[in-house]
Amino acid sequence: MANPMRIRATTTNGVTEVKALMSHPMETGLRKDSAGVAVPAHYIQQVQAKHNDKVVLAAEWGPAVSQNPFLQFRFNGGAAGDKVSIQWTDSTGDSRTDEIVLA
Amino acid sequence: MHFPRRSFLTLLTLGAAAALWPLRALAAWVRPDAAFAAKTLDEIYAGLGGTPEPSSEITFLSPEIAENGAVVPVNITSKIAGTDQIAILVEMNPNPLAAVFNFPEGTDTAVQTRVKVAQTCKLHALVRANGKWYSTSRETKVTLGGCGG
Repeated sequence: MANPMRIRATTTNGVTEVKALMSHPMETGLRKDSAGVAVPAHYIQQVQAKHNDKVVLAAEWGPAVSQNPFLQFRFNGGAAGDKVSIQWTDSTGDSRTDEIVLA
Repeated sequence: MHFPRRSFLTLLTLGAAAALWPLRALAAWVRPDAAFAAKTLDEIYAGLGGTPEPSSEITFLSPEIAENGAVVPVNITSKIAGTDQIAILVEMNPNPLAAVFNFPEGTDTAVQTRVKVAQTCKLHALVRANGKWYSTSRETKVTLGGCGG
C-alpha cells in the first residue's frame, strides 16, 4: 500500500474543482539504476474519480506521466458533505483509494 | 407417451439467445493497450481509431521551455461540444501516448497534469468528440531530459 494522496476540492458557483497529488514512483522500466540494472516498470495505469457514487473522471495512464502525479479537473455539482474519492491502480496490481468530504 | 419435442426445441432456442445476450455488454470502454505500446503517432491513431484533424477549439497550455523534462505541466481545455475523451501525446517519447482521460456527462472537459518529455519535441493534445478526433500541438524545448539521469 502506497502513501496516501493529497486531495483538495473547492466548490464555487456549483462547480467543484479537484486537485490531487498522488504519491507514486512512476517508473517507466527504461531507467537504469547506479549499478546499471534496469529498474522494473511500476506506474499507475488507471485512475478513477468519483463524486459520491458517480464517476466524474476515468483516466488511463502510461509511464510518461510524471513521478508523484498531479491531476486537476472540474465537475458540475458538489455540496457540503458530499464525498469525493480518487482511486488508482498501478501496473503491479497495487491500488489505493483516498476520500475527502467537501467543506 | 409423447415427448414434447416442439417445446423442447423452443427452450433450446431461448437458451442460445440468452447465452449470446451478454456479448452486447462487451462494447464498453477498454484500455487501448495497442495505443500505449505504439512507437509512432500513426500507430497510436490506428489504436485509438481515427486520424485527428487540427482544431482551434482546443486550448493547450504547456511551457515553451521546460527546464526539467521529467515534470512538464500541461493544461488542456476542449470547447468542442460532445467531447468525451482527451489524450496527451509526446512525439519523441519512447511510447508517445502519455495519458487518456474519459469525461462523463457533467464533468468539465478540461484537465491539468504533468508529463515526462524525453527531448525537445511537439506535444499533441487529442480530443474525441462525437466519435471524431481533433488535435492541437505545441512545441516544448527541454533542457534536461525526462528519462532518469
